[in-house]
Amino acid sequence: MNLDPNYVGDGLYREHILDHYKHPRSAGKLDNASFSHRELNASCGDEVTIFVNEKKDVIDAFRFVGKGCAISQATISMLSEVIVGKTFSDIMQMQREDILELLGIDVGAQRTKCMMLGLVALKNGIALYQAKREYG
Amino acid sequence: MSLNVSAVRADFPILQRKIHGKRLVYLDSAATSQKPRQVLESMDQYYTQKNANIHRGLHTLAEEATLAYEEAHRKVASFIGATSMEEVIFTRNTTESLNLLAYSLTQKLKKGDEILLTQMEHHSNIVPWQQMAKQRGLVVKYLPINATGELEDFSHLNTKTKIVSLAHTSNVLGTTNNIQKIAKRAHEVGALCVVDAAQSVPHKSVNVRTLGADFVAFSGHKMLGPTGSGVLWGKKSLLDGMSPFLYGGDMINEVSFQGSTWNTLPWKFEAGTSAIAEGIGLGAAVDYLTRLGMDAIEAHEKELVKYAFKTLDVEIHGPPAERHAGVLSFSLPGVHPHDLATLLDHEGIAIRGGTHCAMPLMGLLGVAGTARASVYIYNDKSDIDALADSLKKARKVFA
Repeated sequence: MNLDPNYVGDGLYREHILDHYKHPRSAGKLDNASFSHRELNASCGDEVTIFVNEKKDVIDAFRFVGKGCAISQATISMLSEVIVGKTFSDIMQMQREDILELLGIDVGAQRTKCMMLGLVALKNGIALYQAKREYG
Repeated sequence: MSLNVSAVRADFPILQRKIHGKRLVYLDSAATSQKPRQVLESMDQYYTQKNANIHRGLHTLAEEATLAYEEAHRKVASFIGATSMEEVIFTRNTTESLNLLAYSLTQKLKKGDEILLTQMEHHSNIVPWQQMAKQRGLVVKYLPINATGELEDFSHLNTKTKIVSLAHTSNVLGTTNNIQKIAKRAHEVGALCVVDAAQSVPHKSVNVRTLGADFVAFSGHKMLGPTGSGVLWGKKSLLDGMSPFLYGGDMINEVSFQGSTWNTLPWKFEAGTSAIAEGIGLGAAVDYLTRLGMDAIEAHEKELVKYAFKTLDVEIHGPPAERHAGVLSFSLPGVHPHDLATLLDHEGIAIRGGTHCAMPLMGLLGVAGTARASVYIYNDKSDIDALADSLKKARKVFA
């Protein structure tokens, strides 16, 4: 058994993932957010509430408050670094592959839901925001 | 007599598997146990030699299949000390057994009648009762647990209580409830006592007559049997008076276009073609456990629990080692149980991480979930050592 303190599994818990988990970027709330949205993985208890400020359907600012496993929380932190400046339609087109690229490693079928939590929250939040704006 | 673990391990083909290149350390038997080749062979033999539908058809195969399936009921009856196989109903699992009871026992209850559960129940012993309560205007109450995860306050038990349904052993806390005492108190107020024995029957000698309860539910797949095999034991006098849960073939006596009468026990509660191979497999599992001896199994697990409490540097939820069953739930501060389960998996160690189908209890414990290691006949101290080493590593990764 490998008891090297620098050993981080077979890569799933590699340094940058743990770093984002322990020191999440964009943590906290946004005052006067254009919208906020809470998303939950009921089966594992991971959750996140996102806060988004938009200008003409472009993400101007993003913050989040969440709790859950390292994969779910680190992914949201990583997402926060790449989504500011993107349009809503850019976000709506993001897929599983984009998240895998951020993580740099495949998490396997059982953890896919954890990995997708942040993007699902964003997409659902945007869809609800747009619907509300359009239909009141 | 103590268990010969290496001889036991040789009967379980899956334990030869490597996981991520490591020896498989299986510590998730509370979810489902592994199966010895004797069980697998019994089912294989049924399919290759006797396969036919039971209780119908007059040919040789149908006769042999029927005998083998009924014999499995007799084996289970004898294993749990039931008076006869009429009291032993085969179901798919504990959940189905409890649903049968929730449906059938609440038929005659009146609005305002109370069903008493405990805070340590598995969802399968909460949700069916909640649903029936909603339909019939019944009230569900919960006996509270104390700081060690044990029952001591029974003030909810009163003359309005019609059914007390509780776990024999908790699948999260490892608490074993004193069923004899609780069943007696339930009977004193005129209530029936239902026991979810999914985590006890596989691990210790349980005699349904001395236990004192009216119904006992458990799962075959947690006691070396195949998935899809479960049991409901009930007192014959009570089962006779109950309505069936599922209707159809094999559970009837006579059918006309106007109505039907029910078959004798236990078949009244086994509608449709049964899981025949699985039932036979469960019979073989009971043979295997009987050969090892349930007292020896209990002693073996006690030893492992004591060793785990000493060796694992974590806070284990539930009662102290001497009263703790082989289900060890723990939390590692700063490490989510799913991350822990994934990290351990990479070391070949299978544990469960999450809510263990006990979300209300997780709320009480103040955690989103726990990691759970559970032991059985094929585990030994080296498995606990492997877990302890990997927990150390997990701490370092997440430090």
